[in-house]
Amino acid sequence: MNQPHPHVSTQPVSAVRPPVTSVGPIGWIKQNLFSNWFNSLLTILTLYLLWKIVPPFLRWAFVDSRWYSDGAACREADGACWSVVGRNIRFMIFGFFPHDQQWRPLLAMLILVGLLFYSRNRKHWKKSLAYAWFAGLVIMGLMMQGGIFGLTEVESTQWGGLPLTLLLAVFGLTAAHPLGVLLALGRQSRMPAIKALSIAYIELIRGVPLISLLFMSSIVFPLFLPEGVTINKIVRAQVAMILFTAAYIAEVVRGGLQGMPKGQYEAAESLGLNYIQTMRLVILPQALKIVIPPTVSILISAFKDTSLVVIIALYDLLKTTQSMLTDPQWMGFSTEAYIFIALIYLICCFFMSNYSRRLERELNVSR
Amino acid sequence: MSQDNIIEMQNVHKWYGELHVLRDINLTVKKGERIVICGPSGSGKSTMIRCINRLEEHQRGKIIVDGIELTADLKNIEKIRTEVGMVFQHFNLFPHLTILENLTLGPIWVRKTPRAEAEEIAMHYLEKVHIADQARKYPGQLSGGQQQRVAIARSLCMKPKVMLFDEPTSALDPEMVKEVLDVMINLAREGMTMIVVSHEMGFARSVAHRVLFMDYGRILESNTPNEFFENPRHERLQLFISQILH
Repeated sequence: MNQPHPHVSTQPVSAVRPPVTSVGPIGWIKQNLFSNWFNSLLTILTLYLLWKIVPPFLRWAFVDSRWYSDGAACREADGACWSVVGRNIRFMIFGFFPHDQQWRPLLAMLILVGLLFYSRNRKHWKKSLAYAWFAGLVIMGLMMQGGIFGLTEVESTQWGGLPLTLLLAVFGLTAAHPLGVLLALGRQSRMPAIKALSIAYIELIRGVPLISLLFMSSIVFPLFLPEGVTINKIVRAQVAMILFTAAYIAEVVRGGLQGMPKGQYEAAESLGLNYIQTMRLVILPQALKIVIPPTVSILISAFKDTSLVVIIALYDLLKTTQSMLTDPQWMGFSTEAYIFIALIYLICCFFMSNYSRRLERELNVSR
Repeated sequence: MSQDNIIEMQNVHKWYGELHVLRDINLTVKKGERIVICGPSGSGKSTMIRCINRLEEHQRGKIIVDGIELTADLKNIEKIRTEVGMVFQHFNLFPHLTILENLTLGPIWVRKTPRAEAEEIAMHYLEKVHIADQARKYPGQLSGGQQQRVAIARSLCMKPKVMLFDEPTSALDPEMVKEVLDVMINLAREGMTMIVVSHEMGFARSVAHRVLFMDYGRILESNTPNEFFENPRHERLQLFISQILH
């Protein structure tokens, strides 16, 4: 009775569209904002809070605000006093750099931003770009320092504001990354001395706060120098930041190296590649790609940590703003000034994370 | 050592900690000889061939490859590795490089071949394994069988004197085993010296000069394919053959 029937499919195979459950904005709202009573409650609560916060803020920031008045006029108005930024922008950005020479750091920053922007595209990564960077660095140094070609010399003690922040950040991050990779490789080394040194370095540096490193570089370190020898304060702070950031990057890179399958090492070695070639051509390109997200987190936090140099009396962007706010005319308008500073930091960090996402996408062709 | 011998293993022992994984291995491979090694898992087959290019280190005895003894000397190890090709069970292609870049990496960096010439050699071998049209793709875009053929071509680009195969078909879908075996059979016809760890009996019968049976880290039997399969002498091999043939 119940004999199984042999079955051979004769229907042609054709794809069927998925069922359409919800379309249009109403469907979207229903599905995402009011899918159940709890979500509906949260949606209503959120809308209420937005209604309470956003309109007053907009009124404060844009309607009742003063854009380019003096301090007294600001005090009479109810809204934000953006004049505090507008009237003091040159001091906030350039610090104590001689007033009539401030086009020089501006030019240096424009060159830096231009080079960074041009370097975004990986198609531009050629030898000519390296030359461009070298030329750019020389010009930037010339602009900041001066002393030749009829430019007045400006002591580095007078550098400050945004150029100083960018200087510390860009060179700190570009130097810390390769150093971190070397430390990670050292920690994986089969040679006991190199391994022990790397571990000791990483654990020691990670075990102390950045502030203490900065203090050491500015106060303790000069004590060990022979008499008459001085090293620029900015350089010392820069080195401390590089050493600090490198230790963190090393640990992230080590995670990436440990995530690499053993077969990749074996395949590279069985082709006869030596250690350096194996690492450079096969292992690191893959491992560094895996760790792009945590690396960028470290770089972003290192960028923000440049503001800690205030404690060794370097006038970075944050410090110039603070000093400006001690002017009696502008006292009490710190909110507006700090919002402006926050925006600058936000823009820089946004570009960093944006670039990292783009890099990840571009490198992901292989999967 | 005779000029005809490309590999000589004399009284080779290896331990993993306390575990004795290779016990007194003696094996001589002549130029042009093709050897298939089979045996149960954990018998030391893979370990043995991995010792030949020192992906594993042996602790006692002597291994001589192409007239050079394998010692801790890194220069010798790198030299031997350029002469010995290796194909892995899991292909181990480099996923961040295109197929063509996978093939030219060794010639360009180890053999110092100019890029244009290396690419020409690479395309030659890709055609040989019938996959030249995929040269610009990445390994992740290829099927398992195609990847393994690329891996074979990658080794061949180094113009090795010996090819080692470590279970080259056991990670493949059944439909793809044949395309890889066909490539290996062609290679055998051209006279390549091959040592193959595999349970593909058809392959062993058609190309091997000798078939070895290993268990407990020892070579228990070594014979011509016909005698090996039709007339196994060692008790353990008789059991093994009855198991795999049902």
